[in-house]
Amino acid sequence: MPYIKIHQEKAVDKASLCAVCPFNAIELAGNELAINAGCRMCRLCVKKYGDIFEFIDDRRTAGVDKSLWRGIAVVAEIEEGNIHPVTFELLGKARQLAQKVDFPVYCLVIGHHITGQAQQILEYDADKVFVYDQPELEQFRIEPYTAVLEDFITREKPSVVLVGGTQTGRSLAPRAAARCRTGLTADCTVLDISENSDLDQIRPAYGGNIMAHINTPGHRPQFATVRYKIFPIPAKSAPHGTISNCTLPPEKLLSKITITAMKEKSREVGIEDAEVLVVAGRGVRKAEDLAMLEELASLLNGKLASTRALVEAGWVDAKKQIGLSGRTVKPKLIITCGVSGAIQFVAGMNGAETIIAVNSDPEAQIFKVAHIGLCGDLYTIIPGLIDRIKQEA
Amino acid sequence: MNIVVCIKQVPGTTQVEIDPATGVLKRDGVDSKMNPYDLYALETALRIKESHGAEITVITMGPPQAQEVIREAFMMGVDHGFLLSDRRFGGADVLATSYTLAQGIRAAGNFDLIICGKQTTDGDTAQVGAELAEFLDIPHVTCVSKLVDVTAAGITAELDLPLHIGTAEIQFPCLITVEKGIFEPRLPSYKRKLATCDRQITVLTLDDMPDQDPAHYGLNGSPTQVKRIFPPETGSDHQLWHDSGKVLGEKLFDYLKDHKFLQQLR
Repeated sequence: MPYIKIHQEKAVDKASLCAVCPFNAIELAGNELAINAGCRMCRLCVKKYGDIFEFIDDRRTAGVDKSLWRGIAVVAEIEEGNIHPVTFELLGKARQLAQKVDFPVYCLVIGHHITGQAQQILEYDADKVFVYDQPELEQFRIEPYTAVLEDFITREKPSVVLVGGTQTGRSLAPRAAARCRTGLTADCTVLDISENSDLDQIRPAYGGNIMAHINTPGHRPQFATVRYKIFPIPAKSAPHGTISNCTLPPEKLLSKITITAMKEKSREVGIEDAEVLVVAGRGVRKAEDLAMLEELASLLNGKLASTRALVEAGWVDAKKQIGLSGRTVKPKLIITCGVSGAIQFVAGMNGAETIIAVNSDPEAQIFKVAHIGLCGDLYTIIPGLIDRIKQEA
Repeated sequence: MNIVVCIKQVPGTTQVEIDPATGVLKRDGVDSKMNPYDLYALETALRIKESHGAEITVITMGPPQAQEVIREAFMMGVDHGFLLSDRRFGGADVLATSYTLAQGIRAAGNFDLIICGKQTTDGDTAQVGAELAEFLDIPHVTCVSKLVDVTAAGITAELDLPLHIGTAEIQFPCLITVEKGIFEPRLPSYKRKLATCDRQITVLTLDDMPDQDPAHYGLNGSPTQVKRIFPPETGSDHQLWHDSGKVLGEKLFDYLKDHKFLQQLR
């Protein structure tokens, strides 16, 4: 098994070498350097002091025959009997990947009374749509849904399986990946494919402070989840693909979960769906002042959102929080007011097309991501802007 | 009833940076803490213990110093602690981590309910719970926002779904992942700290696992490989306007108008 070999004789200042490891896995045992269980095999020590730390990889090369695994599959996300738009976004990316390696694009649709929806998937350039339309699949329950995905993978042997990073997707993809004993990369923000069909997956870690480039070199299929609004929805085209109806025997669709109730949440437009967002941050002095930002948002046909601080203060509902612990948004325009721009916040909004930031601190982090930064007092800028928009109307 | 809660020690901050020249992680100090999302899982288990009676076991995988988070769990009221620690577990991705936890749970004994937090703050994949349930061959539900009922046969819980609040009955044994805010986590108690300071933490290595094939653990058992890590790009074309508030308001109005953001207005 792979390990880090330490050439003790080359290590001069042993105590300081311990500090090389960000995970504290290099320790001094007596007068010898040793690697403890904290080692994550990141090999930063090897990179920095290659003469002292050597990576020994004695693994047998994995035996998957990649030529047997063809196709880029998208697992459709169904929400209330309709296809969720993340499905179309993934189909657009699937086509780009498929073109590079000459693979077909598949789409898997799981649910009940959903056969009629399959037709519109063909308008997004899918070559083959597989529909499992059975009463046991009416509601998402993990065991039957995993059984369907497993059945599809066994039959079609796709090289790549793309799943929306939705609540169901983030439950189904890992379960199915574990069943296939293969790799899964969650919340990818960039996907590409190399000639040998290895998927290049890039995802943020440590709250977006670090990007990781991840491969699944010895296993198939390669699972990746991608959140909604990471990729654009492609243009529709004339359908050319086929639809196959598939079924599994009911005994393969048993579940130990019973859904006894489904209560609808209130149906307001969420911040994820708004094209314009005005965001309140810590620079807003009191809860009453939110009315001013609310007014600006409504003048721009947008929605008010906020940072975590105001949610924790109880001024704003948690549904309106942008950021890693809140929602990811991708509006056409976002105007942040008194937002400092912590990385956890930025990770949830840096996909916005136009970012305008108002902050009185010229050093604020938000100015690094804003296309237009306004260094000034939001209590003068915003009322002035509101007045001008009203005059214009 | 036996409840297992999976916890993890994570870096005390996510404010890590990479030296662009060397590609090395820059971290000041090495402080670490319990993954904050795990506190909600622990609190859920403790509430069930209080209302229905249960033995709670925490399990974590990590280096020897990860014992600290088990001690913290003891201070909250947890009964038993297992640390899965072995150099051969190093470099594990989601699959190998979940597999190791599943093996550790099998080695630790019987259980009815496994509770995990929503995600961790370092990897933030939110995928280990589902993979763990698969390896244990038990049902799982995610996004649990409320406990409705606990019986000898199973658990009834509310699920926070995008458009709905669902109610689900899940038979034991099963795994749930809980949302933050399901309960307010209690603070560790000093009294319990004194009472539990001698309590044994069981350390399990590969040799204690039902499956002792090293190919299924650590880097060996990880299908995904990190090719490289790099700092995120910061955007290009930035402008910073300095002026009086009044002028800035005017300029912003002009910008919005020129860029057709005021089009829908009458």
